[in-house]
Amino acid sequence: MRQGKYPFIVGFLAAPVLLYVVFVISPYIQAFYISMTNWKGISANPQFIGLENFTRLFDDEVFWAAVRHHGVLLLVMPLVTIVIALFFAFLLNLSGGQRGGRMTGIWGSKVYRVIFFLPQVLAVAIVGVLFQAIYRPDGTGVINGLLGKVGVGPVGWLIDPDIALLSIIAVMVWQAVGFYVVLFSAGMSSIPKDVFEAAALDGAGRFTLFFRITIPLLWDTMQVAWVYLGIAAFDAFALVQVLSVDRGGPDNSTTVLPMEIWRTAFNFSKFGYASAMGVALFFMTITFAALTLRVTRRERIEF
Amino acid sequence: MSKSAGTPGDITRRQMLRRIGMTALVAGPGAGLLTACATGGGAAPAAPASAAPSAGGAVSAANPFGVAADAPLEVVIFKGGLGDSYATEVHEPLYQKAFPQAKVKHVATQQIAQTLQPRFAGGDVPDMIANSGTDLMDNGALQQEGQLLELTELWDAPSIDDPSKKVRDMVAPGTVESGLISGKPYLMNYVFSAYGLWYDSALFEKNGWTPPKTFEEFKTFAEKAKAAGITPFAYAGKNAAYYAYWMILISAAKIEGNQILVDVDNLVDGVWQRDAMKQSAAAWAEIAKYMDKSFEGLIHTEVQLRQNQGKVALYPSGSWLENEQKAQTPETFKYALTPTPSVTAADKMPFEAIRAAAGEAYIVPAKAKNPKGGLEYLRIMLSKEGARGFTEKSGNITVVTGAADGLELSPGNASLSAAQTAAGQNIVTFSSFENWYKEFETELRKQTNALMFGRISADEFCEKMQKAADKTKSDSSITKQNRTV
Repeated sequence: MRQGKYPFIVGFLAAPVLLYVVFVISPYIQAFYISMTNWKGISANPQFIGLENFTRLFDDEVFWAAVRHHGVLLLVMPLVTIVIALFFAFLLNLSGGQRGGRMTGIWGSKVYRVIFFLPQVLAVAIVGVLFQAIYRPDGTGVINGLLGKVGVGPVGWLIDPDIALLSIIAVMVWQAVGFYVVLFSAGMSSIPKDVFEAAALDGAGRFTLFFRITIPLLWDTMQVAWVYLGIAAFDAFALVQVLSVDRGGPDNSTTVLPMEIWRTAFNFSKFGYASAMGVALFFMTITFAALTLRVTRRERIEF
Repeated sequence: MSKSAGTPGDITRRQMLRRIGMTALVAGPGAGLLTACATGGGAAPAAPASAAPSAGGAVSAANPFGVAADAPLEVVIFKGGLGDSYATEVHEPLYQKAFPQAKVKHVATQQIAQTLQPRFAGGDVPDMIANSGTDLMDNGALQQEGQLLELTELWDAPSIDDPSKKVRDMVAPGTVESGLISGKPYLMNYVFSAYGLWYDSALFEKNGWTPPKTFEEFKTFAEKAKAAGITPFAYAGKNAAYYAYWMILISAAKIEGNQILVDVDNLVDGVWQRDAMKQSAAAWAEIAKYMDKSFEGLIHTEVQLRQNQGKVALYPSGSWLENEQKAQTPETFKYALTPTPSVTAADKMPFEAIRAAAGEAYIVPAKAKNPKGGLEYLRIMLSKEGARGFTEKSGNITVVTGAADGLELSPGNASLSAAQTAAGQNIVTFSSFENWYKEFETELRKQTNALMFGRISADEFCEKMQKAADKTKSDSSITKQNRTV
């Protein structure tokens, strides 16, 4: 019966690996190569210039502004998203007390689940266009129109350099929360109900249930969420492109690396330098993912 | 459990690793091949072509290029916003009249590149092309490949209307220069666009306003407009900051003369910190204070719509504006153009000076079968009769001076034509840095918004732009260009 082994391997392993190499690995390798050339995207013969593009990065203030923004995004976006998602997931699944020996969510939780998940279904470009109208800086904007009704002057959500980035982060959080509510709900439903029962019998309130039972038992799921959201924090391209003033403005206050890579390659025709930025971004993302998985590693609890 | 179950369970870890290694070995060279893909092969640019041989006719005053009277002519027209009736009903019949024996072939397309790229590759090219639209061919690349005929001969030929004058003297100043590639004329830019402040003349009449002629008047006007609940001046910061920096550059050129724009393009040391630039930036920043901060978050169509609704008085733009807003413009709204106000009493150029530039390139391929006929066709387009017909058919004004006189024009075009006549030779020149130095241009947009929405002073603006210009100049990875006029 051994003769079926190799076709099986070829079919199920070699072919995907080959596809992966062609469409994923080789572009990465190309990017590393291009980052060491002065390729302009037009000429046929890029010249090899070594690490010049990387030394340029050191005194490129726009690049560093973008890196700083990723720092802010990394601190704020995953944290806020996870806190909100955990809270909602807890309300939807466990906070309604016991019924028939099961933990249930608050009344109407099924409807809320659909509502929370809805933004996730929308394409990010559509979300961008929606928020253009919501954030519009004069009285015709949705938020500013409402603020005007209570006598508060229009706020320049996207035109004030101090709050523009936060406004964009808010959109990312709004869109992401739904998915993580569902993810955490799944995680919570896999926690054996006798654990909750035992805790409840011992007189634990909702607060204790949440912090002493749910969160520790949900740690793996939260770790995954953190990595996903962290990687998303290194993107943000589409929203910045659609929402920000003059793509990354005002005064570089919202720019992110993918935005600058796009601009450098397709506007400035500097594919070599753009690839160098891409390589830098690659290492940042990898470092983040590795660090997160390492730092948050804990003893796994088997049910 | 049987070892011969047919599953791959019995492959050892070692075998596995070895096979993965094999895959990598096989894939390795493949990846290497792919590395070369993205940057393309080593196709060298073709050597410049020698002028195509053409059985010439006799050179005469009426036929300065010596076009063979019976040689067929093929004309390719981009059929976009301008249509193609100006060619079929005006220029081609005029050519036919001059050469009755010639067979004129007309090709209209919306995709110039898709239609013509294969023909250029195969050497079967038409004699005249309107190279426009989204899918236009890269003129710079065509020139580098030796595919374009130099047009010096055309500009030096006698004009059809007045044989004592050269064609170059019959067109708006700057037309020939705007078609230079590597210092030589290759493009015949035909459509004339003017830049300035656009307003609704009906609204101004109703309120008894006149467009300001100096920045002092501009401020008085701004107070009046503000009192009437209208934003005196506005532009869209979100995507059209360049409309505002055009105004700053135009004013600087009016103060100091066109040399400052040439120097900006040539990245001359200290050009951004000259007095003219500082005065211009300060003057515009002063006016921008009357503009609500929210305009920084709007796009150009939103601001243009607000002007159509009578909420914005003066809007900086080019002469395409009227056409662009056609669907939104109310019946009562009459577009008009006014030049940018004078900054000082000692300005080198008068108030009437406008920035005007020629656009829409017409080219003659170097390897055409009847290139002389192509040149003659362009000369016909540049005659008063040809230009007038073009304006009648397409609704756009051409570079031919005075050709539209006496025509029934749209309000915007009539105003543009009047402004052009008033300006005469006082034309603010074009800028090339927008095409040459994209990074620098991006920085200028950024700093223009910062200046106009009050985050930096005029001095800081000039300082930052000088720094950006210096950075561009010292950047070895950017190919430097140069212009003399």
